[in-house]
Amino acid sequence: MPLVKSGAVAADPFTAVADGAPLPDGPVIISADRLLAEQGTLAARNGEIGVAWPNGRDVAELQPLLGRLSLVALAFPKFRDGRAYSQARLLRERYGFKGELRATGNVLRDQLLMMARAGFDGFEVEKAADAAAFAQALESYSLFYQPTGDGRRTVAAARRAAEG
Amino acid sequence: MTSPLQRKLKISGPTAITANRLADGVVVWLTSGGAWSMAIAEAAIATTGEEVQRLLTLAHGDENTAVGAYAARVEVTAEGRAAPANLRERIRVNGPTIAPAA
Amino acid sequence: MYVYDAFDRTFLQERVAEFRDQVARRLSGELNEEEFKPLRLMNGVYLQLHAYMLRVCIPYGTLNATQLRALARVARRYDRDYGHFTTRQNIQFNWIKLAELPDAMADLAEVGIHGIQTSGNCIRNTTTDAFAGAARDEIEDPRLYAEIIRQWSTLHPEFTYLPRKFKIAISAARHDRAATRVHDVGLRLHRRDGETGFEVMVGGGLGRTPYIGKTIRDFLPKEDLLSYLEAIVRTYNLGGRRDNIYKARIKIQVHELGAEAFAEKVEAEWRQIKDGALKLDQAALDTIADRFLTPDFEALPDDPAELATALANPAFARWHANSVVPHKVGGHAIVTLSLKPVGGPPGDCTADQMDTIADLAERYGYGEVRVAHEQNLVLPHVRQKDLPAVWRALDAIGVATPNVGLVTDIISCPGLDYCSLANTRSIPIAQKLTQRFADDARIADIGRLHVNISGCINACGHHHIGHIGILGVEKKDEEFFQISLGGKGNSKARLGELIGPAIPESEIVDAVERLVDTYLELRASPAETFIAAVERLGIEPFKERAYAPR
Repeated sequence: MPLVKSGAVAADPFTAVADGAPLPDGPVIISADRLLAEQGTLAARNGEIGVAWPNGRDVAELQPLLGRLSLVALAFPKFRDGRAYSQARLLRERYGFKGELRATGNVLRDQLLMMARAGFDGFEVEKAADAAAFAQALESYSLFYQPTGDGRRTVAAARRAAEG
Repeated sequence: MTSPLQRKLKISGPTAITANRLADGVVVWLTSGGAWSMAIAEAAIATTGEEVQRLLTLAHGDENTAVGAYAARVEVTAEGRAAPANLRERIRVNGPTIAPAA
Repeated sequence: MYVYDAFDRTFLQERVAEFRDQVARRLSGELNEEEFKPLRLMNGVYLQLHAYMLRVCIPYGTLNATQLRALARVARRYDRDYGHFTTRQNIQFNWIKLAELPDAMADLAEVGIHGIQTSGNCIRNTTTDAFAGAARDEIEDPRLYAEIIRQWSTLHPEFTYLPRKFKIAISAARHDRAATRVHDVGLRLHRRDGETGFEVMVGGGLGRTPYIGKTIRDFLPKEDLLSYLEAIVRTYNLGGRRDNIYKARIKIQVHELGAEAFAEKVEAEWRQIKDGALKLDQAALDTIADRFLTPDFEALPDDPAELATALANPAFARWHANSVVPHKVGGHAIVTLSLKPVGGPPGDCTADQMDTIADLAERYGYGEVRVAHEQNLVLPHVRQKDLPAVWRALDAIGVATPNVGLVTDIISCPGLDYCSLANTRSIPIAQKLTQRFADDARIADIGRLHVNISGCINACGHHHIGHIGILGVEKKDEEFFQISLGGKGNSKARLGELIGPAIPESEIVDAVERLVDTYLELRASPAETFIAAVERLGIEPFKERAYAPR
């Protein structure tokens, strides 16, 4: 499953670690339960920490831990299950998370732009062809009607600019 | 919705497999040769659950030609051909029962 | 009406290009059906019994003559010379080919219309009063807010994969002509202490579990409209059920949490975002308002001589009494075009009719046409002196049946003649009823009576809110119909009550006629409408006589 970062396929420095298994050196992704249970010991760890956060759980719980996290992976068990879009916007726009926000699961080309607009910047894309078409997918639209935290130009802003 | 594949197949009589052609939505029927025909009379008629299952699997494997395949009960004519057995399939075969806007 | 600018047009062209690419990838097999289906649905493309269907969005039911002609062209070029207007103020083409859809959409995009978000689990076309901008009882033109919602909700990155579809309706008049209480969100513009704002209702809806919407806020300042909607939809996206498609609408979430607890969640979310980027300041409102072209009405005297003369003709007088209502500007009128001719499918309109109506709109109606949720068309701004000429032209193309709001102005879903979800047909029942009640004088005497027919429990014909509601059920391959009485879709919305066992198809028209005869016999006076009589008497006297003596 290719990982797309900054518009290109990239190596994944993170290792997913099962609950109970010892943490290797280097960047790891652990479960939400483990993160919450072991936050004391994890605070002392040097390596980067990422968490796989379930899409049915309130991201407000993550807020106090965000400073310690390099990555939050949000899940699309089916691309039609859109809860992670809301979670992503909350993490970015409300809680100010600056690390990698990674889309995992049923991540397909036709949803990439929506994900990027919601704040995702890492994409575990299911199909190699979709990873190759990433740049094209993100350029399908040049204007957007509603503001999100992604900074893309909105129609309203373009109108104001055109009016001078 | 449960896909027909996940349902336990019970059939109540002669059955054919029907779907809509991908490119234009036209109603098509699976023939014994595994092709799709616009004529219900050319449909393969299955009489056992196993046979229906086999044809359905064949049909679902061909989703780039026809989509939404399902098993439809049919009547068998004196010539041994399939014919629609209920209102839904009669409408699919013959078109709407109403005169559209004049 | 709202005029698309270069930005709106660019967006539409990009959307067409995207869909063209998606169709090509589907036809080549790169996308499988499961992946493609939600994408085509989000562009209004369904697969029905015999063909693909394209549902074209008519934002809040407002069209100009050029757009109506473009719909006629699409009907001719890609379909079978007709279209079907729906209860959501949209139009459907029933015979379109997938391979030709991108071309059809490109043709529509040229005049600023499209199928975006007419299906799929996203925020759908916002519906409103077909008389908006013309009605005398209007506080403000609700289309400004419908347009603001259209822009906010179009390809909303967070709300495109909701648990289920999401429908918003707005009313801004004293009479609710938009059925706001039976939508996922209903907005009622009203005035308080000199300010206008919205009553916000959530969790209404019909379908298999009908609910009347609950008010979660009495008065929402206009500037907070979008942030409040965003808070509602976010609360739903995160918390709505996804385990069962039949329990996935917001009405179930509201019902299971209770309206108060749901409101608290929304308010808590809203407090976080109310002063953010979605705030509608006056400048933001003005930018959109400036793009609404309002006809340059010339106030004229009411009841001009041309009208008085024409009223001597009983046929014109009957139509005038039935299909014409006063306009907010003197000397003008709002004209409803009945798409319910005797024996015709409710809501169908041919390409030729569309062209003629477009011509009439240009000649007599400031170029505007509306789609009413009752599946009729409206010329919202006609000079009263032109009414005789308009009537003759409408009558010539069969859209002047004087049955608006009467027993034969039937709302009906497409039913099993087209729809793959239907259990029974509905259009043929409507056709037979219009034939049974073909006498104009008789239906005028019967008076206001809404008959709604749905061919399955999904209730696209809104049978729950019909004064007489008819629901098709299938038993052993035979069509049967359940009748309910006393439903209403207005501001006092109420669900109808089932009168008893389902009736076979062959007897349904007789049963409806017996209900109507019972009303005629029992009404206190000709001024007492059918629904008023049902409310006064209860369903018992009707129930007794609905069933054929055995």
